[in-house]
Amino acid sequence: MIELRDIHKAFGANKVLRGVNLTVPTGESMVIIGGSGTGKSVTIKCILGLVKPDSGTILLDGQDVAEAERDAFLARFGMLFQGGALFDSLTVWQNVAFRLLRGSLKRPRGEAREIAIEKLRRVGLKPEVADLYPAELSGGMQKRVGLARAIAAEPEIIFFDEPTTGLDPIMAGVINQLIREIVTEMGATAITITHDMASVRAIADKVAMLHDGVIRWSGPVEQMDDSGNPWLDQFIHGRAEGPIEAVR
Amino acid sequence: MSPLQPLASVGRSFLGLMAVIGRVTLFAGATLGHLIRPPFYLREFLQAVLHIGYFSLPVVGLTTLFTGGALALQIYAGGARFNAESVVPSIVAIGMVRELGPVLAGLMVAGRVAASIAAELGTMKVTEQIDALVTLSTNPMKYLAVPRVLAATLVLPALVAAGDVIGVMGGFLVGVNRLDFNAAVYLNNTIDFLESWDVVSGLIKAAVFGFIVATMGCYHGMNSGRGARGVGRATTNAVVSASVLILATNYILTELFFSA
Repeated sequence: MIELRDIHKAFGANKVLRGVNLTVPTGESMVIIGGSGTGKSVTIKCILGLVKPDSGTILLDGQDVAEAERDAFLARFGMLFQGGALFDSLTVWQNVAFRLLRGSLKRPRGEAREIAIEKLRRVGLKPEVADLYPAELSGGMQKRVGLARAIAAEPEIIFFDEPTTGLDPIMAGVINQLIREIVTEMGATAITITHDMASVRAIADKVAMLHDGVIRWSGPVEQMDDSGNPWLDQFIHGRAEGPIEAVR
Repeated sequence: MSPLQPLASVGRSFLGLMAVIGRVTLFAGATLGHLIRPPFYLREFLQAVLHIGYFSLPVVGLTTLFTGGALALQIYAGGARFNAESVVPSIVAIGMVRELGPVLAGLMVAGRVAASIAAELGTMKVTEQIDALVTLSTNPMKYLAVPRVLAATLVLPALVAAGDVIGVMGGFLVGVNRLDFNAAVYLNNTIDFLESWDVVSGLIKAAVFGFIVATMGCYHGMNSGRGARGVGRATTNAVVSASVLILATNYILTELFFSA
């Protein structure tokens, strides 16, 4: 279980997180929604330790992540980045098997390649893609490779940062479906951040709405449409009028 | 405008400069710390050796070849004013191995390698590849900075050694073909007047310059600002800071090695 307690983070005068409280039970798929620049990415970067919160506590299975042994802690996570963040200088299979080629999870090169090809197949890519470089792939294929890399070491917790941004609706649907299937079959805890409502409905067990650095609403995805929460209603219906200020 | 404003502005710039020096020093110290602690990334180190050393050889070779030739012409013209044309071989050799070889190779590698390291790591930063490394349980300092800094520190002396030989050959070719020196006499004068410390001091300088070049490339790349403009600025800063530091360090090392 992941718990965020009163997390604050500011970059200079810009207070991005102003007391985020959130609980993600083990095995659930939580989707954090909110407008651009509301601190969604900063929230998951705080959990991973990529950004240090100014105050507050983050607990993973009851243990403060700030005190956790770094390698063992990170070995439990997989992450799909918004732009894929694939390493340009490595081939597709080397990207997917990155964790399996070095560090505590190191395997023989041949075995790592086999696992990488299997993971590529799982996300719908043919083995011929394995020896290409990321620059030779389309945006949708890069997302799939990023997804394969995120699940290669079979992590307990997977983060998805804007998984469908920049994709056409059909490819976005394919990625959403893949994420849902993979999270279910792996039994993983998942946190997805997005402002794509189709992704929310496809991926989420629970939804949390982040605005102005605090969680404005959280609950099961089925209750999202009848929440009566003005921030959530404005966001999911894409209205210009409401408590969320729309800059024109 | 307050009369103290210019003073405050100078103070702010000075404090900013001190902060940068502090951050660069900490970065260099952290790199050195990681050099002696596993894990080590041999594949990345060998790739850096190839990129920094082998692919820089043509540019260093051409630079030292033409500089050696020009140096021979200048020393001959200057020496002729007091009938000392015969010093051409020895002065070309000493000038190349002590000063011009390491400094020119350092500057050329700064232009080629510091720029490419800063651009590569800066792009990795803005496309979240460095964050991705962390999530994949890989320390970016160990995986990105250490192999490049170690490779540059070890490879630049080899590049300079090759550059020294090519530079002396440039002087030899001009001396024999344009200035009518006897080939055997030229080579004898070159070897007789050259001491081992001349060569070794140049190679020590080269190792220091290699460390500076790669450290500046890695520091500016890993601290790049956002977007194309941020990466462009990081690249420029890497080359400028590496070049200035090479020239300043060269003076300090020359004082240390050769002051009476």
